[in-house]
Amino acid sequence: MTPTIRTAMGVGAVYAIVLGAALLSPYDPATQHRDRPLAPPTRVHVVDRDGRVHLRPFVYADDESGPTYPVRFFAHEVDEDGSIGSRRLLAVDPPAHIFLAGTDELGRDQFSRLLYGGRISLGAGVLAGALALTIGLLLGCVAGFFGGWIDGAVMAASDVFMALPWLYLLLAIRAALPLDVSPGRALASVVIVIGIAGWARPARLIRSVVLSARTRDYVTAAAASGASRARLMVAHVLPEAFSVALTQASILVPQYTLAEITLSFFGLGVGEPTPSWGTMINAMLRQELSAAHWWLAAPAAALVVVSLLYHAAADALHQRSQVLPAGAWR
Amino acid sequence: MSLVRVVGRSVVVRHLARALVELLAVSLIAFAVTELAPGDGFGQARLERQLSPAAVDALRSRAGLDRPFLARYASWVASVAHGDLGRSIAYGAPIAPLVARRALNSLLLVSASLAVTWILVLPLGVWMAARDRSADGRLLAAGATALIAVPDLLIAIALLLVAAASGVLPTGGVRGAGLADAGRLAAIGDLMRHLVLPVSALTLIAAPPLARHVRASMLDALRAPYLLAAAARGIPYRRLLWRSALRAAANPLVSLFGLSFAALFSASMIVEVVMSWPGLGPMLLDAVRSRDEPLVLAGVMLSTVLLLVGNGCADVLLRAVDPRIAA
Repeated sequence: MTPTIRTAMGVGAVYAIVLGAALLSPYDPATQHRDRPLAPPTRVHVVDRDGRVHLRPFVYADDESGPTYPVRFFAHEVDEDGSIGSRRLLAVDPPAHIFLAGTDELGRDQFSRLLYGGRISLGAGVLAGALALTIGLLLGCVAGFFGGWIDGAVMAASDVFMALPWLYLLLAIRAALPLDVSPGRALASVVIVIGIAGWARPARLIRSVVLSARTRDYVTAAAASGASRARLMVAHVLPEAFSVALTQASILVPQYTLAEITLSFFGLGVGEPTPSWGTMINAMLRQELSAAHWWLAAPAAALVVVSLLYHAAADALHQRSQVLPAGAWR
Repeated sequence: MSLVRVVGRSVVVRHLARALVELLAVSLIAFAVTELAPGDGFGQARLERQLSPAAVDALRSRAGLDRPFLARYASWVASVAHGDLGRSIAYGAPIAPLVARRALNSLLLVSASLAVTWILVLPLGVWMAARDRSADGRLLAAGATALIAVPDLLIAIALLLVAAASGVLPTGGVRGAGLADAGRLAAIGDLMRHLVLPVSALTLIAAPPLARHVRASMLDALRAPYLLAAAARGIPYRRLLWRSALRAAANPLVSLFGLSFAALFSASMIVEVVMSWPGLGPMLLDAVRSRDEPLVLAGVMLSTVLLLVGNGCADVLLRAVDPRIAA
């Protein structure tokens, strides 16, 4: 297995996990277990206090003296009032709980929130990356292919967008969008903000690729044999730009994921009760004794893992292609 | 050669002209963006202070918000050119003094971090390049790579938590309490103590990628055949490393210097917010949250100015250091 495939599988696994949040999470991310705020992670046992080994893992309800509650796999979740919920990978009967990563200050299951929050944060990164790359591909191709005043205008505009520090640019564009909106619209506005803030760099990169692709012999040959400009662009120049755009995506998507997390951390992203890793990291800071509530650091740990995976993936792609821009030093 | 042509060719003048054009473009876009925003600070103020719609309209027209877009933009540019940045809606005070304090704080933080980072990074990078074939150099390079992958936000939070747990360093603000009548020396010492935490956070964020680049740049320079020739003539390795190779490697490093300023400036926003450093970052954040458009504009413009100045300085420096670049 090449490093590229290995790292791509790692990144893909993360997305598969957060996409499967509805099945993999034991609870709804907004459900508040009012009697269990800041509960530590539930311990899942195999051996009970009498030393008997259970084939089916089990948990205790409150202390380790009560009855055992077996973990049921692919079972329907049962509420405290006895109503039956949706099908979950892991479920235990009330009054026991299965909080794999503890609960937050409102008694919401951290693990479920981690998965659903990952869907928002990682999803926003991918969508914003797609948006920025689409704009960048479009403008970069047009600027590189047509040159002249179009090129000048696009490059001047990208200069303006790159003249601002990245986070200040994000905030400036965020200022144009409404503050209190529904989660769906908030996610959309975050994606739009990041996409608009981020188009300049890929546009410049793709323009340079197009400029060099235009002078290749096979393009000249195609032009000499009578191919139209549109055909030249679509059939000969675009494929080359496209492969560069894909490599660029491995850098942009984690950066934009971080941008979503930062915006949410600042309280300008998707608001409560919809979880995002940014709001979860913010909640972690609100607890005074963070060392005592170590499980609140779960989103930070998840973020580090995802970042490392992406860096490994970008590195692998870089080793393979060696076409990363010189300016992309961070 | 006429005087105009000489001046036109001067690097500084060309930079200034370019920066001015960029600044105008940023201001126009920023102005248009705040225009697009639904609602304004007065609407927000109405929610909080229970003003009647008529009173809000009166406030709006007193602030000139009912005039057409271009007229307001033109008068805004004119007043900014006179050094008047307008009045903040949320603070109800003139913006210029408000923003100047914040900008100074940000600049202090960023320049201190810039200095510490480069003092640290140069020897570290050269050392990593010199020991490229041995385990310790490679280990350090791998460590730098791992640190790059940790998001800035988490580095800042981790440092804050460690400092809060140890209790040795102040974890926020620029100034301790009860220093009003303390001596000047004590005040400076206090400022230093408050700087330690944010500066180390910014250094940890900025140094690893820079160290890697210094290393790569040095490795490139060390491959040059003239260094082999010099070594063959018996010039000591240490001298080759620090004099010849480092000078040859300087060009990419100086352009990195400009980039590092931009990166530090952007990262300082997170650090400022996390560590409650009263710089531009938290101010802009508050302004966006309270829909204080004049303040948002001022913050955006000022951060652009700072960045353009930083980049311009780096470029002039680059020309001064590397004679291979034609002026």
